[in-house]
Amino acid sequence: MAQNDTLLEVNNLKMHFPFGGGFLGGKKGHIYAVDGIDFKLKKGETLGLVGESGCGKSTTARAVAQLHRPTSGEVLLNGKDLTKLKDRDLIAARQGMQMVFQDPYASLNPRMTSGDIIAEPMRIYNKHGILNMSKQEMDERVEQLMERVGLSRFFKNRFPHEFSGGQRQRIGIARALALRPELVLCDEPVSALDVSIQAQILNLFKDLQEEFGLTYLFIAHDLAVIEYISTRVAVMYLGIIAELSGGADLYKNPLHPYTQALLSAAPIPDPKVEKNRKRIILTGDVPSPDKARCCCYFYDRCWKRMDKCLERKPKLVEVEPGHEVACFLYHDQSV
Amino acid sequence: MAMTDEPILQVKNLRTYFNTDEGIVKAVDGVSFDLRKGETLGIVGESGSGKSVTNLSVINMIPSPPGRIAGGEILYHGKDLLKMPKSEIRQIRGNKISMIFQDPMTSLNPFLRISNQMIETIVLHQGLDKKAAKEKAIEMLKLAGIPSPEKRIDQYPHQFSGGMRQRVMIAMGLSCNPEILIADEPTSALDVTIQAQILDLMKDLTHRLGTAVILITHSLGVVAGTCDTICVMYAGRFVERGPTDLIFESPMHPYTQGLIKSVPRLDRKSTERLSSIRGQPPNVIDLPDCCPFYPRCDKAMDICKRKYPAWKTFDNGRTVGCWLYSEER
Repeated sequence: MAQNDTLLEVNNLKMHFPFGGGFLGGKKGHIYAVDGIDFKLKKGETLGLVGESGCGKSTTARAVAQLHRPTSGEVLLNGKDLTKLKDRDLIAARQGMQMVFQDPYASLNPRMTSGDIIAEPMRIYNKHGILNMSKQEMDERVEQLMERVGLSRFFKNRFPHEFSGGQRQRIGIARALALRPELVLCDEPVSALDVSIQAQILNLFKDLQEEFGLTYLFIAHDLAVIEYISTRVAVMYLGIIAELSGGADLYKNPLHPYTQALLSAAPIPDPKVEKNRKRIILTGDVPSPDKARCCCYFYDRCWKRMDKCLERKPKLVEVEPGHEVACFLYHDQSV
Repeated sequence: MAMTDEPILQVKNLRTYFNTDEGIVKAVDGVSFDLRKGETLGIVGESGSGKSVTNLSVINMIPSPPGRIAGGEILYHGKDLLKMPKSEIRQIRGNKISMIFQDPMTSLNPFLRISNQMIETIVLHQGLDKKAAKEKAIEMLKLAGIPSPEKRIDQYPHQFSGGMRQRVMIAMGLSCNPEILIADEPTSALDVTIQAQILDLMKDLTHRLGTAVILITHSLGVVAGTCDTICVMYAGRFVERGPTDLIFESPMHPYTQGLIKSVPRLDRKSTERLSSIRGQPPNVIDLPDCCPFYPRCDKAMDICKRKYPAWKTFDNGRTVGCWLYSEER
């Protein structure tokens, strides 16, 4: 059911990384980084992916972009399954999907000028014969993009080390916009920035979305940032989506025990609110995703666990309009 | 919280400079604060504002060269730590004043068992023998919420998760019953659910042991929930200092105002646009002698470009360094 306004559809996406074996021997196994997730992205909306480190947020974005070829599952961009495409077809299909990375220091080539960095996607697509832009057109586009993201066009001959973290992230954003994508995958784009700069970049993302009708898959571990930027939010835990809902609804009415704990743990910058809050303090750490599980993923740390959580894996089911949750407290369907 | 009026630590006009090829970096340039018994003092600021250098200076751990403490006094019970001989400082550091660092992955020695690392400090400062020290270490680990500490103490740091390592650091930091615990971004490397656990533990333990805490963080959410007093730092100086409640309720300095407004909040509707502070934090090399915030400030006046604002103290215990509140202008 490919609706017209669905831009991206992810079905039962799995990404398992093998480890061990080989020359050095050792225990063989898999890291189940992403273990069967489904979501849809409508045109013009922002889906926030939130979760703790190691829960598979970045792997999801990378598997969607085919930077890792998924173990199984489908990734439909405008109805085309990217996992089945190869080489040139994939490059052509990927034009509508770009990525902004977390670390503005590692994601820009230190030997290229900012202008070259922003022009690079256009050059690559020229080389593959998908685009046909002249040098002058590319120059104009670069200057136009730089001004749009808030950098002066006179900076285009400077190297990344001459920019601050926030400015570098702007270069990364300009590069992602160079091919006029519909979908931008933002992998923790503000986590490395200071608070005052973070607000600037978040506002820039919002403005660009309005202006170009962009769709974002926005990853962050900061719940407040996700709340600010997203129309819908998916909470991930150990490679699965635990809860998916409209942003406001999720924060007002969290259903999954993990979401409840996560929300209560996030500090709020107001001493009055902080004093009167009741925290759900989870015990223990996030378990390692190195074994296949047949029980609920959150069982070890859940304070509402039941016997059946140990026997079956709950499915992500819509329990209220637009509010999906994978927990037996609300339904009885298992995977 | 048992707070007495007698400060145990007084920092007066501390200045720490680093000599670099590009010029003198004034990482800390005239910082003053008092710390009382049982008080939790938060130092907030963005990266590069000098939070960590302030506290490294307090325990005299500035790498020299290139760094040097160019001036000021650090009085611990009235004695100046800066004028003390090295041997005497070693008696205090790690014993009466101890520190927890940001990254639990790098601040533990990966080659040594936890027991060795913990026992070393206890034997050195408390004069216990090894066996008693180990018992004490196990007791501290238990307090810090580490399950089966008798077994865990003989493991290596890589066998612990990030949150558990930070618990070990806290146990280690508190093992000599310090008067002052300096925690430098103790939860920044951790996930939110683990952060909540660790902050809870720190609050609980320091309250029980009556330890005063200096908490360094960039997160306003963390200080709001844990600190009695806050110092806001910008480009090597404090811009505002006062009780937590008052600072959040009515921030006075334009930087503090901007900072509080630019943090998205979970408990508020996000329909309105986030306000941000324009521009970039300044480079602290060869800063001119004026208000470092004026290029980004909406309320900047002529005098801000010429002279550094004088401190103004108010009756309710607040201090602010901004020309808006000074009569001199």
